[in-house]
Amino acid sequence: MTDTVIKDTVIKLADLVGQPAAKAEPFVLSDAEKHEIEHELTHFPDGRAASIEALKIVQKHRGWVPDGALEPVAQLIGITAAELEGVATFYSQIYRKPVGRHVVKVCDSITCFLVGFDEIKAALEQQLGIGFGQTTADGRFTLLPICCIGACDKGPALMVDDDLHYDLTPQNLATVLEAYK
Amino acid sequence: MSDYAQIEKELLVRPLTARINAKLPVDIASYEATGGYRAIRQAIKELSPADVQTRVKDSNLRGRGGAGFPTGVKWGLVPMGPDAGSKYLVCNADEMEPNTFKDRLLMEDAPHQLIEGMLVAAYAIQATAGYIFLRGEYVKSAQRLNAALAEARAAGLLGDNILGSGWSFTLIVHTGAGRYICGEETALINSLEGRRANPRAKPPFPQIAGAWGRPTVVNNVESLSNLAHIINNGADWFKGLSQGKSKDGGTKLYGASGRVKRGGIYELPIGTTAREILEEHAGGMRDGYTLKCWLPGGASTDFLMPEHLDLAMDFDTIAKAGSRMGTGLILALDQTHNMVSAVRNLEEFFARESCGWCTPCRDGLPWSVKMLRALEEGRGSAEDIVQLQKLTRLLGPGKTFCAHAPGAMEPLQSALKFFRSEFEAGIAQTPAPAAAGAPATGAASAKVA
Ligand SMILES: Cc1cc2nc3c(=O)[nH]c(=O)nc-3n(C[C@H](O)[C@H](O)[C@H](O)COP(=O)(O)O)c2cc1C
Ligand code: SF4
Repeated sequence: MTDTVIKDTVIKLADLVGQPAAKAEPFVLSDAEKHEIEHELTHFPDGRAASIEALKIVQKHRGWVPDGALEPVAQLIGITAAELEGVATFYSQIYRKPVGRHVVKVCDSITCFLVGFDEIKAALEQQLGIGFGQTTADGRFTLLPICCIGACDKGPALMVDDDLHYDLTPQNLATVLEAYK
Repeated sequence: MSDYAQIEKELLVRPLTARINAKLPVDIASYEATGGYRAIRQAIKELSPADVQTRVKDSNLRGRGGAGFPTGVKWGLVPMGPDAGSKYLVCNADEMEPNTFKDRLLMEDAPHQLIEGMLVAAYAIQATAGYIFLRGEYVKSAQRLNAALAEARAAGLLGDNILGSGWSFTLIVHTGAGRYICGEETALINSLEGRRANPRAKPPFPQIAGAWGRPTVVNNVESLSNLAHIINNGADWFKGLSQGKSKDGGTKLYGASGRVKRGGIYELPIGTTAREILEEHAGGMRDGYTLKCWLPGGASTDFLMPEHLDLAMDFDTIAKAGSRMGTGLILALDQTHNMVSAVRNLEEFFARESCGWCTPCRDGLPWSVKMLRALEEGRGSAEDIVQLQKLTRLLGPGKTFCAHAPGAMEPLQSALKFFRSEFEAGIAQTPAPAAAGAPATGAASAKVA
């Protein structure tokens, strides 16, 4: 009994520090990714400055930034993988876990909060069957909060991927989401 | 009538939005046909960089990014001369302050006005490269700006040896990846360099050692958008735009949101009263709603009350009333809103967006959220209110590495001052825990601190 518990604990700790890398997929940057990142390097006095853009390029192609991407990207821009990881974990719009085909980002800042955020959130959770930070089982939507998206005179507002939607009600939400397959 | 004849007078009254209100196309042809890029041509031909700096100083333009620092004075710190080397101009287009949506309008619908403003600023400080630091979510702004930049490059207004002057300046859009703190100008510089967006110690000020250690000026979108007009029409004209309502110069993009009839952005003389903004331009509160209190310019400003509505919305007047004008976009709260919930939402935002660099901010903000949530749910204690009050001092000005935490304390301290009874209503009644739903006490009676 005690043994099992200890064994479980050990496995969990090992998982946490990422010990046996057995599951890690080999990662190769595509030519398109490489090409786009190299182009970014021309805009700044040094390579590090392209770090955020480079992560966004990987994310554009893959939907998120897997751990395996850090080493090759860091090499390309001339910083260490640890430094790049520091950047990747700082910025909220760099996703470090797989997300759905569409990311729904709901403004939860004060103005939207005062004009109906709670109702929109409840309706979304009910219609999608997930909470913030989760992805629907069919991989269609990931639900996230976001800070003020500058549509304050038309709230409640949200973004699906790059598109802004506003004047939302629990009733018109379904129509908005319908367009995203 | 040509487009220009149609808006020529309007450009002298509402310079920032005359073209936008006339719904003119946003391309370079329309901009130049209405007097666009005249200012930078004139500056390069007839004015020295020092002349441009003086004109902007004399215009009393104060920074529209929230702090109100005089723009000309800010530039004055930049080392000048033939040996000054590379220097940077950065446009702060990170607009993430809750209830702020003015820079978006200027970038989407008047991109060339911003680019010409940046050219004027860059010429004044003799910058060699410029960056528009744009939040990633403003996709349409990025598209419009990139299209406009391509047009300006093709017209020889950007790049090497601009208009044969011998001065070269490149300008590109850099989009961010989230985090409100990127708007703080030294954090922005770290982010631009591809680092985590932790603020930097000041001094050295960015004008001396900023991006990549080089002299750097960071200015807000709205500040920069004014500059071409100041060159075209002069410092006295700009000062006069405030029509004696303020000693600051210019117009201001004010706004209103919350349950008002016509929320939006209105360009008005700086120093216009909050009452005029809310009652005339926003049409007052929607039927059935009465104004309870208001935030003058973003999440990091102190609440003001209905009795403050007749104050001039300028930096000094609102500061004297114990708040800050901030971004100047008013958020109206009404009688249906509970102040503990509102402040809990605000502090959740600040806690999430803290960069985590210094302890009072990183740990104090989540603590405040915990106490506010307890009070909101009727399980708070009298001690929570005492602690919250203490936090407003411990996270106040001078106690943290940057202005994020002091900004976070502004709505909290003013809500405690004006609406204490709403906080007290959240104290658990020990003998009868069911009292969680205690009726909210009259807010108006608790107004006097
Ligand atoms: C936490 C924090 C966030 C800020 N966000 C912004 C912003 O999004 N846009 C902006 O123009 N200024 C922002 N500022 C103010 C900038 O630090 C800086 O004062 C401003 O960009 C200077 O431009 P100005 O002189 O033209 O006003 C922020 C400040 C703080 C402390
Ligand atoms: S006050 Fe907050 S945001 Fe500013 S440096 Fe400290 S932890 Fe970072």
